[in-house]
Amino acid sequence: MYLHEFQAKGLLRSYGVPVPDGGVASTASDALRVAKSLKGEKWVIKAQVHAGGRGKAGGVKVVSAYGDVYDEATQMLGMKLVTKQTGEEGKIVHRILVEKATDIRQEIYLSFLVDRDSEQHMIIASSEGGVEIEEVAKSNPAAIVKEHISPVLGLSQFTGRKIAKKIGLPSNLLNKFADIAERLYQCFVNHDAMMLEINPLVVTGESEIVCLDAKMTVDDNALFRHPKIEEMKDYGELEPQEVRASIFDLSYVSMEGNIGCMVNGAGLAMATMDIIKSFGGQPANFLDVGGGADVNKVREAFKIILTDPKVKVIFVNIFGGIVRCDLIAEGVLKASDEVPGDRHIVVRLDGTHVAEGRKILEEGASAKGINIVTGDTMADAAQKAVELAKSEPHKRSVKK
Amino acid sequence: MSILVNNRTKVVVQGLSGSQGRFHAARMKEYGTNIVAGVVPGKGGTEVDGTPVFDTMMEAVRKTGCNASIVYVPPAFAADSVMEAVDANLDLCVCITEGIPVKDMLKVKRMMKTGTSRTMLVGPNCPGVITPGECKMGIMPGEIHAPGTVGIISKSGTLTYEAVKQVSSFGFGQSTCIGIGGDPIIGLKYIDLLEMFEYDAQTECVVLIGEIGGQAEVKAGEWIKQNFSKPVVSFIAGQTAPKGKRMGHAGAIISGGDDTAAAKMEALEKCGVHVVHSPADIGRKVAEVLGK
Repeated sequence: MYLHEFQAKGLLRSYGVPVPDGGVASTASDALRVAKSLKGEKWVIKAQVHAGGRGKAGGVKVVSAYGDVYDEATQMLGMKLVTKQTGEEGKIVHRILVEKATDIRQEIYLSFLVDRDSEQHMIIASSEGGVEIEEVAKSNPAAIVKEHISPVLGLSQFTGRKIAKKIGLPSNLLNKFADIAERLYQCFVNHDAMMLEINPLVVTGESEIVCLDAKMTVDDNALFRHPKIEEMKDYGELEPQEVRASIFDLSYVSMEGNIGCMVNGAGLAMATMDIIKSFGGQPANFLDVGGGADVNKVREAFKIILTDPKVKVIFVNIFGGIVRCDLIAEGVLKASDEVPGDRHIVVRLDGTHVAEGRKILEEGASAKGINIVTGDTMADAAQKAVELAKSEPHKRSVKK
Repeated sequence: MSILVNNRTKVVVQGLSGSQGRFHAARMKEYGTNIVAGVVPGKGGTEVDGTPVFDTMMEAVRKTGCNASIVYVPPAFAADSVMEAVDANLDLCVCITEGIPVKDMLKVKRMMKTGTSRTMLVGPNCPGVITPGECKMGIMPGEIHAPGTVGIISKSGTLTYEAVKQVSSFGFGQSTCIGIGGDPIIGLKYIDLLEMFEYDAQTECVVLIGEIGGQAEVKAGEWIKQNFSKPVVSFIAGQTAPKGKRMGHAGAIISGGDDTAAAKMEALEKCGVHVVHSPADIGRKVAEVLGK
């Protein structure tokens, strides 16, 4: 789960990590009120969307008059921010963070993440802050410093000082840096974060170290023990179908094509999208109904797939292990009532109770007088789905 | 021969009294798996469908001589159960549970790396391990499998079934099939298992099924090139997956340019692996490679 910058900074503040004074606003007058309460002469206005590269896209503005706070906030709120990470469709700015501007002398990069290779946490730092770390990795890899952190031992002060020294901080800042790094790690590990990135971490004119930005993602599997983090989830950042899917514990990702997929298991769901493409079709989505799929889940999955107007064919690909094909077949029949007549349904069933499932489907479809296309193998069914998706729209129902 | 499990494996079920544990234990027994005990803290002294239940793993080992555990414990407590199995020095622990926090798994792995236990872990978030005709430790449908010479290693559950079905339909059975799990932090990985298959006389060919995210497949490819003498057929799921979106599995997310399906397929091909582009071609490729 992604946190917004202001949410992450709130957590950091509660761990005693220095962040600029600021407040979040969803209207221009709110923004003005925040700026006035902060006092000072210069403020930064930052769009709160789940995407990096905001600065270059106009999502970060520095202003030095109350009037400009109001004007910039008016302009930024509601705008569509298109950054390197949002894709062409961009993200609408619903909230902005108004902060007191910081007197920056030096920009540093600092992040914490889960390292799959060493199966430990990792701290990454660089003297080249304020730019994307991927770019530094290409242009000047020597400027990047990495250390493993044992999740059992935690981050020691000496490790913090070692890193500070390596990235060239002066002696008088070593302890300060180590203290902040330790607090950041505490915040990271205590919230089951997968990633915490401070870019930039800055040294101010008064030789203080401050987190100017904060990007944080939390392990979805650990949300059960962080109810306060779960409450921070911004559903506005998700596609409506993704929100609906999350309510019913389905895994959904929307795509560009016109063949809606309903599959059990993430690997098979990805493979189903791949096979559609290999036959020249385009998948409309990734959808994993999971191991506990029953009649209701199938109906919900169909509803979610059908909210996408591009969908011409619904392709059901089930290999029953825990999931029973007979239950899926019943679910497909029930759900087919709500499928508009011009959409095709292609079903491939295999595995647990497959004979019963195919029988239910065949008999049910003929009793209802509808046409459900079936395929014996994944390839056979996928090919049929692709052909139907390319064909001219026609009535699926053949009411007797 | 086979790897990890066979007809001598004595299985203990952690979380036997839960609905998942009980259901799958019954199906494993039906398949012929030798289930000798269950461990459910607080329910020691009871029985579930005729299987004795113990409070702790230590007791279960002492009383029954079990040497492999399968975990059906809910995610919040599953890592602790795995650690109990490791502490009891079992040969194998298979963790089926989906949704274990990464931090918990990091602790499990620290314990396994720094301690003296010999326990090998499969999973979590996996369908388990099966040596057809001998021992099923998992949730896979037993009837699609047949004893034979093809080893299968996969991150996915149902996609593994798909591969098994295809391989079986071309007349080839399997030596052992292992679902290693779709999480970012797991127990045995491709290379660990490839190494076992290399020394397993029964195995003539290995199917390696991977997906987007991480570098495990690429590393496996490099290892295969240097060390593996048997043919490997591979499919990588997620050729159509968009960047930055989690595709169901916690580990299945493209985060850079080098963990896409295309990049992995290319890397594997360079290492001499028979890569198929369509998941429908896995069985055919195995038949072609084995030349029968």
